[in-house]
Amino acid sequence: MNAINQSGWRPEMGKGGDAAPATFTGNRALMLEEATIFEIGSTATTGVDLADAPAAPSRLGSLARSAPIGLPGLSEPETVRHYTRLSRQNYAIDLGLFPLGSCTMKHNPRLNERVARMPGFADVHPLQPVDTVQGALGVINELAVWLIELTGMHGVAMSPKAGAHGELCGILCIKAALEKRGEGHRKVVLVPESAHGTNPATAAFAGFQVEDIPATAEGRVDTAALKARLGPDVAAVMITNPNTCGLFERDLKEISDAVHATGGYVYCDGANFNAIVGRVRPGDLGVDAMHINLHKTFSTPHGGGGPGSGPVVLSEALSPFGPLPFTERHADGHITLVEEETVEDRHPDSFGRMVAFHGQMGMFTRALAYILSHGADGLRQVAEDAVLNANYVLRSLEDTLDAPFAASGPCMHEAIFSDAGLPDGFSTIDIAKGLIDEGYHPMTVYFPLVVHGAMLVEPTETESKAALDQFIGALRSVAERAKAGDASLKSAPYFAPRRRLDETLAARKPVLAWKDAVA
Amino acid sequence: MRYLPLTDTDRTAMLATIGAASIDDLFADVPEAARLDGPIHGLPNHASELSVERHMAALARQNTVAGDVPFFLGCGAYRHHVPASVDHLIQRGEYLTAYTPYQPEIAQGTLQMLFEFQSQVARLLGTDVANASMYDGSTACWEAIGMARRITRRSKAILSSGLHPHYVSVANTMAKYTGDTLETSLPTLAADTDIDALIAAIDDDTSCVVVQYPDILGRIADLTPLADVCHAKKALLIAVVTEPVALGAITSPGEMDADIVVGEGQSIGVGLQFGGPYVGLFGCKEKYVRQMPGRLCGETVDADGKRGFVLTLSTREQHIRREKATSNICTNSGLCALAFSIHMTLLGEAGLRGLAELNHAGASAAADRLAQVPGVELVTPVFFNEFTLKLPREARPIVRELADRGILAGVSLGRLYPGEDALENGLVVAVTETTTAEDLETLATALQEVLA
Repeated sequence: MNAINQSGWRPEMGKGGDAAPATFTGNRALMLEEATIFEIGSTATTGVDLADAPAAPSRLGSLARSAPIGLPGLSEPETVRHYTRLSRQNYAIDLGLFPLGSCTMKHNPRLNERVARMPGFADVHPLQPVDTVQGALGVINELAVWLIELTGMHGVAMSPKAGAHGELCGILCIKAALEKRGEGHRKVVLVPESAHGTNPATAAFAGFQVEDIPATAEGRVDTAALKARLGPDVAAVMITNPNTCGLFERDLKEISDAVHATGGYVYCDGANFNAIVGRVRPGDLGVDAMHINLHKTFSTPHGGGGPGSGPVVLSEALSPFGPLPFTERHADGHITLVEEETVEDRHPDSFGRMVAFHGQMGMFTRALAYILSHGADGLRQVAEDAVLNANYVLRSLEDTLDAPFAASGPCMHEAIFSDAGLPDGFSTIDIAKGLIDEGYHPMTVYFPLVVHGAMLVEPTETESKAALDQFIGALRSVAERAKAGDASLKSAPYFAPRRRLDETLAARKPVLAWKDAVA
Repeated sequence: MRYLPLTDTDRTAMLATIGAASIDDLFADVPEAARLDGPIHGLPNHASELSVERHMAALARQNTVAGDVPFFLGCGAYRHHVPASVDHLIQRGEYLTAYTPYQPEIAQGTLQMLFEFQSQVARLLGTDVANASMYDGSTACWEAIGMARRITRRSKAILSSGLHPHYVSVANTMAKYTGDTLETSLPTLAADTDIDALIAAIDDDTSCVVVQYPDILGRIADLTPLADVCHAKKALLIAVVTEPVALGAITSPGEMDADIVVGEGQSIGVGLQFGGPYVGLFGCKEKYVRQMPGRLCGETVDADGKRGFVLTLSTREQHIRREKATSNICTNSGLCALAFSIHMTLLGEAGLRGLAELNHAGASAAADRLAQVPGVELVTPVFFNEFTLKLPREARPIVRELADRGILAGVSLGRLYPGEDALENGLVVAVTETTTAEDLETLATALQEVLA
């Protein structure tokens, strides 16, 4: 058995493509250039066959379309080829480790895709009579139960469409609760410097004034400073736990007690719940509201930027204020829907509706399948392996890259490095672009803001030790090239479908849509 | 557990590398009181793929599948045929398991797709530009109201009575917290839209007028006069399109000089999915682009001079501007936008127009047939693929009774406007290319029996 190469086959590094001749097509073997649909399609081409329209009078009045729209069409084979060729210019979890801190790019199980496509879920209209959608409401209800149990909370709002939408939901619950108490004058929301940008944006959107809470040198919230700022004008504290430096906020319970004692609420950004699922319940830490990114912890696919899903678990104090609609399971198992019609009787303090219909049903089915697949033991193992993998990366690289919080104790699900050890002329962006040539998507860079030139690495639990070892080797190699002053790194990547792109030009002269006519 | 690659041997070796005695050491920062040492209440241990599939299939079987029965529901979500290649392509791992394209050198697939999507949407809506998508139509609608507030520095929005009531609900919720004043009203079971009333209501405090096209009852009206008065009063016209297929048959709001056009793109490529995930469309005039919420993809060049695409104008967004951002939105509906874009590419202009014609002709025939049922009256003479009937009595119980007979007959206005007696006899019926002549006959016959 020892003959098997467990470290993975690794080709000898060539000298790159400097001697490669130009090609007639601009393609390079499997790296295929692809024009836009506006250049290869035509308005007369279609890839669908439609039945003939029945004879019936037109009822469009004066509004019947006369002008062309300019939408290019392709035949089916051309369409499949166009989108397949484009897809090959993307990095993806299916291709390799995707170490984006704060994003939890874990494997997306295909069972979940199969389940979401069952006609009983995929081909059901949101306004069907409730008796005809008991299974769909059952999924929402069952997932709600597990989310409440996993977080130790009291209720859950299922309808928010994404993490930031969930933040808004939680903050609106807080606002509604304050108004009900006659304390609508509380205008301040405290947000740590290390927070995701969505936190201050959400608070501002809901009409609050945002004040920063400083971080300590060890990467946690400055509890003393936070407590000193609490008072009758503070509505809420928004805190991320584990935080964006990858550390557990040890004082969260103490902070929650202090916030509650002064009449405020605690919002927790649940982006990093993956590190503690099955091991820690935010409800036990005094959290009043927390969104859960189903596309992170519960593996629903990121899809190149959405759709996400951001249910919000709520404490007993905030549950009455949650948004419409929600499900109620009765003793006989029948599930009803609380909407505008029944809200006065069943849920009079609800702050209202956040979205048409019921939220991200397609994500609920996937997340439920994920939870049931892992079960109680598997979810706990998820947190443990995610934390183990991150600490393995941290300790394997702390001799190569500056790890500002290496002495703060173990990290949770992500390891943070800074650009402190890099020589003049080299920065985090060069490390990131160098990793691209090594076959990896870069880690999260320049976030959180509290670390200079931050590199935030989140391997997730779905990476094997061999995959981590190779990644660690690659990152070490790139860092050592920077430290050795290897100027070639400044122009990386060399082997991606595109070299560094001119983002300044894109912003200065925005070209946001195809401008020319289509054949 | 099948999704977890580490073995116990790996874990032991890794703990040694880390210098930790046990996994618990890595959770040392968690206070004792917060450690969950027992199982999760009621949740069984891990399960095989087969058993989870069975559990989910049992839940799925408790739903009436739209495609299995005569089906006539619309009102913001429409059942269209999605070509097989759409779902095949969006399941490619390079799309499905990619992240937001923040590293453009290795995300050109997603970026070029978004550029194409933005271009398709802008042309469809008749706007100069469109963003990379929003959560859905209802959230795009309230984002548009906020954008109008920022542009006009006024905070009174006038919402048409024909705007989807859920969209009104969402806008009302948000307005409570953002300081917008909304003027809203209920629709009437009548042929005419409220365009004239909207024109009369615009004043010097009006930030925007929000009008749905086609509206919740299926009616369509020329928006040009409304746009003219809005602009004369320095207000914006926001048009909402919940059925984008309609724009293959009728003039787009942008062509009628709407400033912002938002919509629900679910009809194209996405499917019903019990209400989500969907794809919000958001287009506007070029001069307003810097006040737009959400992601935008733009064209540029790389270091070798090759054309490429990047996310751009991100100084509008929360990850850069934090509390000063145009919206707190962080994501878009990337994969749904991809489905939309692929389906739209398959259709092309010719296909979209053919599809729209098919929808309209089917709906027109259905309106004639159902209006023949004794006691049933067609309220909306001008429509695209959705129309409103007035039944001789309350529609909601009739819809339930027809559902018991295996027919999903449409959306009763009583469901959308509970407690509004003047609307309770209204039934909104949608017809698409998936509706057959047999479906229509089944509905007409059953409706006649139920009403007899």
